[in-house]
Amino acid sequence: MAAVTETLDTVQSVTQSGYKWGFETKIEMDFAPKGLNEDIIRLISARKEEPAWMLDWRLKAYAAWLKMEEPDWARVDHPPIDYQDLHYYAAPKKKPGPKSLDEVDPELLKMYEKLGIPLKERAILAGVDPDTVENTQIAVDAVFDSVSVATTFQATLRKAGVIFCPISEAVREHPDLVRQYIGTVVPVADNYFAALNSAVFTDGSFVFIPKGVRCPMELSTYFRINARNTGQFERTLIIAEAGSHVSYLEGCTAPQRDENQLHAAVVELVAMDDARIKYSTVQNWYPGDANGKGGIYNFVTKRGACRGARSQISWTQVETGSAITWKYPSCVLLGEDSVGEFYSVAVTNNHQQADTGTKMIHIGKGSRSTIIAKGISAGQSSNTYRGLVRMLPGATNARNFTQCDSLLIGDRCGAHTVPYIESRNPTAKVEHEATTSKLADDQLFYCRQRGLSEEDAVSLLVNGFCKDVLKQLPMEFAVEAQKLLAVSLEGSVG
Amino acid sequence: MLDIRGLAASIADKPILNGIDLVVPDGEVHAVMGPNGAGKSTLGYVLSGREDYLVTAGTATFGGADLLAMEPEQRAAAGVFLAFQAPVELPGVNNANFLRTALNAIRRAHGEPELDAVQFLKLARAESKRLSMPEDMLKRNVNVGFSGGEKKRNEVLQMAILRPKLAILDETDSGLDIDALKIVADGVNALRGPAFSALVITHHQRLLDYLVPNRVHVLLNGRIVRSGGPDLARDLEKSGYAELIAEAA
Repeated sequence: MAAVTETLDTVQSVTQSGYKWGFETKIEMDFAPKGLNEDIIRLISARKEEPAWMLDWRLKAYAAWLKMEEPDWARVDHPPIDYQDLHYYAAPKKKPGPKSLDEVDPELLKMYEKLGIPLKERAILAGVDPDTVENTQIAVDAVFDSVSVATTFQATLRKAGVIFCPISEAVREHPDLVRQYIGTVVPVADNYFAALNSAVFTDGSFVFIPKGVRCPMELSTYFRINARNTGQFERTLIIAEAGSHVSYLEGCTAPQRDENQLHAAVVELVAMDDARIKYSTVQNWYPGDANGKGGIYNFVTKRGACRGARSQISWTQVETGSAITWKYPSCVLLGEDSVGEFYSVAVTNNHQQADTGTKMIHIGKGSRSTIIAKGISAGQSSNTYRGLVRMLPGATNARNFTQCDSLLIGDRCGAHTVPYIESRNPTAKVEHEATTSKLADDQLFYCRQRGLSEEDAVSLLVNGFCKDVLKQLPMEFAVEAQKLLAVSLEGSVG
Repeated sequence: MLDIRGLAASIADKPILNGIDLVVPDGEVHAVMGPNGAGKSTLGYVLSGREDYLVTAGTATFGGADLLAMEPEQRAAAGVFLAFQAPVELPGVNNANFLRTALNAIRRAHGEPELDAVQFLKLARAESKRLSMPEDMLKRNVNVGFSGGEKKRNEVLQMAILRPKLAILDETDSGLDIDALKIVADGVNALRGPAFSALVITHHQRLLDYLVPNRVHVLLNGRIVRSGGPDLARDLEKSGYAELIAEAA
């Protein structure tokens, strides 16, 4: 069976109702003690066998973080986070590489199965020789807690000159590349959570696409937060050299738990002349229960730099999970005629809080950006779009179009739109459209009169509302996203 | 068969239906006429299960089952179809996808296999053609940007595909030119047979020239005040409702 079909089937079977990813894998963990200090950072760096410059970089970030304060401007509310009460390092204990699936820890395989990863990819993820497994079109770099368990399709990618590996491996194997780019898009002291990440990041992906290369497959990472009370600090760096193209998929699920878990990731993208990066995310981390207990705190810094002329960076995100989302995937449009895009669906239900949006910083002449943001609020949730469009003096003839639509389900939720527009160039054009609508009773009744259940009707209407964003997703992600929307909004009407 | 006895209903504490008795046997088409505000549309909504209306007395059974106890989608699955007076727009929802989802929901409820996209499109195209509707109507979003006539024709297309046992047409003829009127009438006539009945709610006699009813009922102040054959509609067209209103007063 084709991998895509298999994925779709699996996704269908696991997304029928409720949060089905609330399982915990019983694999022996290797923990650092709780708490954060220089010794912990040295331990992480040592475990990763990092060069000295990387450790220095981490320690500088830590020093900066100590002087910073947690931001409080977002429309989210949570009890104070005790940063000393978290483990900053957890890795599955290493065993020698398996020869076949029979030798792989069955717990690990079971988890991949629950995640809906097709069998062949499961084998590859578990470290079975990729050449013995039939080729499919998606490469997966699975992050199982903090260590990438395995990386797939290396051979095919290597042939194309593409580097796709855990960032810790890149630090060891490609130190010059990492050193040249890391922290240049999101500086270590950019914000509180980025500084924290810079100090303690444990894994993530590194992608390098050389000049003129179209990456032969979609690159995909399945992130998971697995160990109890372990903050997940991913760091991803994608570099697209002149004329190269890459599409990167990030999918996230986390087991169900009572404590709130902290996730503070940093993603940096660099696009040179005529390069294109498409970064797609489907995020369905545990949102907490119907009473607002538990769930992930997701404080993420994602930023792309369009450094080259005509370079293009496109962010597509479907955010249905997490108790709190604080996330603004942004584009710095330096290059002449560079293009930034942001397509977003953010769903909040029950007691979820999302404050999410984007920043488009226009520096280059003729740079263009498009923002399509769809917010859906149900239950007693709060959903805020926060966006900045900044036209700097050099951004002659730059253009932005922004559309923000909010859909309310029920009468106890909130939707807020906070657009900031700054223009310092008289030739730059900024357009902003915003709508707020309520899922109407007559629409629901119309659907039900035709035979649809209330939940199918909500799903159909919500997917219709999000269509402009969902069509930007790669096909297999679009299907998963549609199912997730339905699952996240279950029981939100009536 | 549809069997309504002593049906009374109100909206926001305002009584609209005040004891309706009406029997529509299998295979028959009945027209319900009456002036504005008589309760015609309310009757359609109450029978199809709109939640804003509160049934205060009476019963309605369909094929022996208690219609009023069912959810709207259960009534749809049992074969009740309401052609809306003002069909609702569903932004971003593709018409073909909507119809297929509806048809498959009903088929599921009957324990029948669902139709895949290819099978469905074949069916939908054939029905569109039969009803002289442009095929692109299937590709557009449900009722969004449709003209008044297109919306009504879309209702008829849905009816043709969902094949109800009881169709309630709520002033489907209003605002239609004569050609569109014929299409609507043809759509219903094509379904006529021993297992199909219809309740045609209308203001005018015009539609009934093409869609000849077995019985005509006049609704006034939430009650049926007169019933008769097709001639009753023609008489009303000449004399208006004034005489009946005077009688009722």
